[in-house]
Amino acid sequence: MKKHNFVTIADLNKDEIMYLIQMAQEFEKHPNRDLLKGKVVATLFYEPSTRTRLSFETAASRLGARVIGFSDAKASSVSKGETLKDTILMVSNYADVIAMRHYIEGAAQYASEIAPVPIINAGDGAHMHPSQCLLDLYSIYKTQGTLENLNIYLVGDLKYGRTVHSLIMAMRHFNPTFHFIAPAELAMPQEYKLYCNQYGIKFQEHTEFNENVIADADILYMTRVQKERFSDLMEYEHVKDVYILQNDMLGMAKENMKILHPLPRVNEIAYDVDDNPHAYYIQQAQNGLYAREAIFSYCLGITLDDIINDKTIIKSKY
Amino acid sequence: MLVSAIENGTVIDHIPAEKTYQVVDLLGLRESDTPVTIGYNLPSKKIGRKGIIKITNKFFSNEEISRLSVVAPKIVLNVIKDYEVVEKKTVETPDELHGIVKCNNPKCITNNEPMQTYFNVVDKEHGVLKCHYCDKEQDIANVKLC
Repeated sequence: MKKHNFVTIADLNKDEIMYLIQMAQEFEKHPNRDLLKGKVVATLFYEPSTRTRLSFETAASRLGARVIGFSDAKASSVSKGETLKDTILMVSNYADVIAMRHYIEGAAQYASEIAPVPIINAGDGAHMHPSQCLLDLYSIYKTQGTLENLNIYLVGDLKYGRTVHSLIMAMRHFNPTFHFIAPAELAMPQEYKLYCNQYGIKFQEHTEFNENVIADADILYMTRVQKERFSDLMEYEHVKDVYILQNDMLGMAKENMKILHPLPRVNEIAYDVDDNPHAYYIQQAQNGLYAREAIFSYCLGITLDDIINDKTIIKSKY
Repeated sequence: MLVSAIENGTVIDHIPAEKTYQVVDLLGLRESDTPVTIGYNLPSKKIGRKGIIKITNKFFSNEEISRLSVVAPKIVLNVIKDYEVVEKKTVETPDELHGIVKCNNPKCITNNEPMQTYFNVVDKEHGVLKCHYCDKEQDIANVKLC
């Protein structure tokens, strides 16, 4: 069987993306199963990310797998100077699949080239975060009923925000129109605008963020201005409060419009937005569980038919 | 030119003048034990000022030639046997570069792990390289060699 890695969303074609979304739909109907009973999943987190790690570990646990790993490189041999290659090969002896988060860009790609077991990229520096991307796609599909022909507004840190970069790449199959709303310091990098041109993806850039600008949105994708991505903290202080979504900016929004956010938020969505029916970011995080159940299954050679005809579904009596 | 022709070896012509010594270094000619003649700032109708390097009794492998493409993609290598040019090799920019160029992204895995770099040449006309690992693009004119 060909080894299925899940390292970048750019590798996947339209059919593969829709296949994974269908898998996630099945897992949403029945999240608790013994489909991965007897399997061992490793989660190697070279930088802390509690939310992503818990989501992966919950997905593995709810499918009956056991989980090993570390949540901080300080607790592993990395602090003794072990190379990534040695760590990956060592863990490959123990686990059936490795989900890894690293602060170094391209780490997961490299790991996937040397490891005998499938590698899942749980984020590599400012580069890619494909599992977040799949849950974003699933959230868009669920709320809009389609991925085709949508107006998607990306707001905030478009320079360092890897989730928005992955989203552009994955959406190229679905004829989207993007709107990039960011301060000049955090504008969409040239390489991604070139990518849009290369694939015929329509986009507009705005520096204004107000009720009128977002009135045509189907999806309003907010991002956090991440302190840890700045080398100059003065620059961070300067831009962090610029793009904040307030409840009174949603008066002209389309009925189907949903607000997404990869979380955690700091202050970029005011708390009074939470009760607005357009808010979707908490449910979005829950979709991450189903998306990651789909990713583990895909990497371990389980098919959509296996999931639909699964005899291991656990139906709670309560 | 006031330098005599060589009997056997390689003559590298049409080197952009400012790249001459990079070519010398890339080919390890400072350590050469055969005669090497370096011509620098010579007039050229094609490129203004050029460099020429003549190396006696030395013939280059394809791997060495692809290294040259990184600093001087338009140069010509004349293979000389018995004072005659028996072959003219132009340096083609390859589709991929393995272990030749450093990634300029300090956070790239290739700068943090003992491993070979790997670039795809995404635009040969403008000389744009893209790192296979971190996807950062760089201009072939500004690369640092491994």
